[in-house]
Amino acid sequence: MKRLLAFAPVVLLVAVLIGFLVGLRRDPSILPSQLIGKPLPAFNLPPLQPTQPGLASVDLKGEPMLLNVFASWCVACRIEHPTLLRLKADGVVIHGLDWKDEAADGARYLADHGDPFIRTGNDRTGRTGIDLGVSGVPETFVLDRQGRVRHRQVGPITPEVWTKTLGPLMARLRAES
Amino acid sequence: MSAEVGQFALILAFVLSLVQATTPLWGAHRGDSVLMAVGRSAAMLQAGFVTLAFGCLAVAYMAGDFSVALVAAHSNTQQPLAYRFAATWGSHEGSMLLWVLILGLYGGAVARFGGTLRETLQARVLGVQGVVGSMFLGFLLFTSNPFLRLDPAPLEGTELNPLLQDPGLVFHPPMLYMGYVGFSVAFAFSVAALIEGRVDAAWARWVRPWVLAAWVPLTIGITLGSLWAYYELGWGGWWFWDPVENASLMPWLLGTALLHSALVLERRGALVSWTILLAILTFSLSLIGTFLVRSGLLTSVHAFAVDPQRGVYILGIIAITTGAALGLYAWRAPAMRSGALFAPFSREGGITLNNLFLTALTATVFLGTFSPVFIELLRGDKISVGPPYYARTFTPLAIPLLFLSVFGPMLNWKRDALKAVALRLRVPAAIAGAVLLVGLVTVGWRHLLTGLALGLAAWLIAGALAIPIRRWWAGRAHLWRSIRTTPLSVFGLCLAHAGVGLLTLGIIGTTSWDSDKVLNMQPGQSVVFAGRTLTLEALDLSNGPNYQARQARFTVTGEGRPYNLISERRVYASSQTTEAAIHVSPLGNLYVSVGEEVGGGAVVRLWSHPLIVWIWTGGLVMALGGLVSLCDRRLRVGVAARAATPVARPVPAT
Repeated sequence: MKRLLAFAPVVLLVAVLIGFLVGLRRDPSILPSQLIGKPLPAFNLPPLQPTQPGLASVDLKGEPMLLNVFASWCVACRIEHPTLLRLKADGVVIHGLDWKDEAADGARYLADHGDPFIRTGNDRTGRTGIDLGVSGVPETFVLDRQGRVRHRQVGPITPEVWTKTLGPLMARLRAES
Repeated sequence: MSAEVGQFALILAFVLSLVQATTPLWGAHRGDSVLMAVGRSAAMLQAGFVTLAFGCLAVAYMAGDFSVALVAAHSNTQQPLAYRFAATWGSHEGSMLLWVLILGLYGGAVARFGGTLRETLQARVLGVQGVVGSMFLGFLLFTSNPFLRLDPAPLEGTELNPLLQDPGLVFHPPMLYMGYVGFSVAFAFSVAALIEGRVDAAWARWVRPWVLAAWVPLTIGITLGSLWAYYELGWGGWWFWDPVENASLMPWLLGTALLHSALVLERRGALVSWTILLAILTFSLSLIGTFLVRSGLLTSVHAFAVDPQRGVYILGIIAITTGAALGLYAWRAPAMRSGALFAPFSREGGITLNNLFLTALTATVFLGTFSPVFIELLRGDKISVGPPYYARTFTPLAIPLLFLSVFGPMLNWKRDALKAVALRLRVPAAIAGAVLLVGLVTVGWRHLLTGLALGLAAWLIAGALAIPIRRWWAGRAHLWRSIRTTPLSVFGLCLAHAGVGLLTLGIIGTTSWDSDKVLNMQPGQSVVFAGRTLTLEALDLSNGPNYQARQARFTVTGEGRPYNLISERRVYASSQTTEAAIHVSPLGNLYVSVGEEVGGGAVVRLWSHPLIVWIWTGGLVMALGGLVSLCDRRLRVGVAARAATPVARPVPAT
């Protein structure tokens, strides 16, 4: 009995490691979206502040752009935020979707940390997020000129993610006619 | 130039670590003193070369050598020197170099100061450390080389994330790493003991100080991390149950268990194989923490340097080190001497119970952290685990542990009687009872839980103070002498347990009486909040070294002497941060952060955090207790020095 018990830790370890390994393979950030190659489902969201424009699915075409899903309560979004601001400064078109959040909180968040978005919609109930298949925040969709989803980034856009995947993809999309 | 020197030093350190991983193990097997001595030299030289490599990178950062890719990516000339230095470990590659540096220094210390150990044991410990070291040096060199050059070199570097430009970054990561990596020594000792198939008194005496030496910085590191999050992230929380925070909490919890079981092993020679298992698991959890931060398995605040490929490599390191250690454990541990017997109701019994609770707590955090991964694998669902889970699982386990922890130090070794212990604790019990009564009267019956929690905090603090006082009371005839002869470890124990009490007090205060308020303020306007009156004096602009700031100046009255507070919004080249103004006092903090400007005024957010400062005070007092205990004479001398060391002199580096 004692001998068998002594094997318990190593057996548990093997199970955990297999879980981690498979978990890495199925890394959420490389899971493709159901929407790849398709246009986004139709939505029309109110703005964060009454004076600003809201965000509708018809706004999301014409040129390659990013749709960033964020929330004021999301900690990882704060980490991602400087990168978004830098991208905006470099001329990347980014729209924001404030997910499961009160409009006032979202507005304060952007006021506190800077606003990288051209248009921002408030998805207070999270309904649009469900249609988009959002699993958590932050999440970013890369859209082409026709408004089709070409890539889905789960988790924060770090400078590394941008230089390795999103940046080259955006450059390719811009080159497409 | 310095980058190339660093690169060569790192390669040499890698080669030396391969020597260290093989020669002493073979030498111990063969009983060859010369080969074992080679292991010691290799360890010390490796420490030297890793230090050189680290120094080269630090110099490149401080001199602003942007031809080094890593430097260009994480610092620029506008940054203050201290943060350019701290940026050395502000990236994945740099932090791995820091990790390897600390590992090398610990290895060098075992080689240099381990002379009192049996020669074969020391050689095997060094060999195991060499194995771990070579894997991490290999990881660094082959997947994340910090010394890569850029051609052409840019004139100016990119900015370090402004959130990281804070004194927190200077101290938090090195402390955490000293903790994580420090557990590698206990791990190496355990694996060496399993190879030898026995533990002796010298082994037991050596392990506990090393565990303490890891536990103290880990405690400080976690405390500083929590403090940093509190003042820097700008909304006043102190713990978020974020996966990476949990990754540091798990080795801490299990390390705390190890600290206590190592005590039983040291004093009574019992719990041998359990202590070995704990040491292996604690270090494994440290490795899993490293894996978690860098693999991108879970999304986290600390998701810097996420790369699944690196994740696979670290997973490989965990599989080899922990796998081999646990395999060895399964093979060897059942045959190990199980040690002295003790009655269930005794100091040993108390510590066993403490270990059970701490292990269960670790398991709770582990499940909370990783269940999203496993549930997604098994059922395809995405779930997220947040504070409500921990409130329902962690807290109910932590409270009985806290309550019982006062009994532990009052118990006698071997056997004791409940009645005698209860009698020894009558004064702390009376104090806790009085606090409970006063608490219930002040906060009212409707807040029964708050009252009980206050009683618990009083019980912990009074119980901790009772440890030295009981000793002095027994020797009151010669009070001065009995105070003077009190071993440092008694003070250490008292401080560490009192720290837990202070921590509990802080948590209770802030969870029970927290309040906040958001409003739009014009200059000159006043607001009454949490018993204080705040007046917004002015909104100004000011310039920092590499940012511009909008300052809001407040005066606060109604709480003793009036004072001023300045809250800032800093605009860096590429982003903004909020520097909250915090007025710290033992009774409670006032936390003010300013948001956007609206029509000549500003949005102001106020928080009152009663007693919160005791959370970090408690953490630091715990660490201080550990440090005091580490200075105890008993841990430094003890085992008789090895008589003569004929051949076993380290070969000088030629």
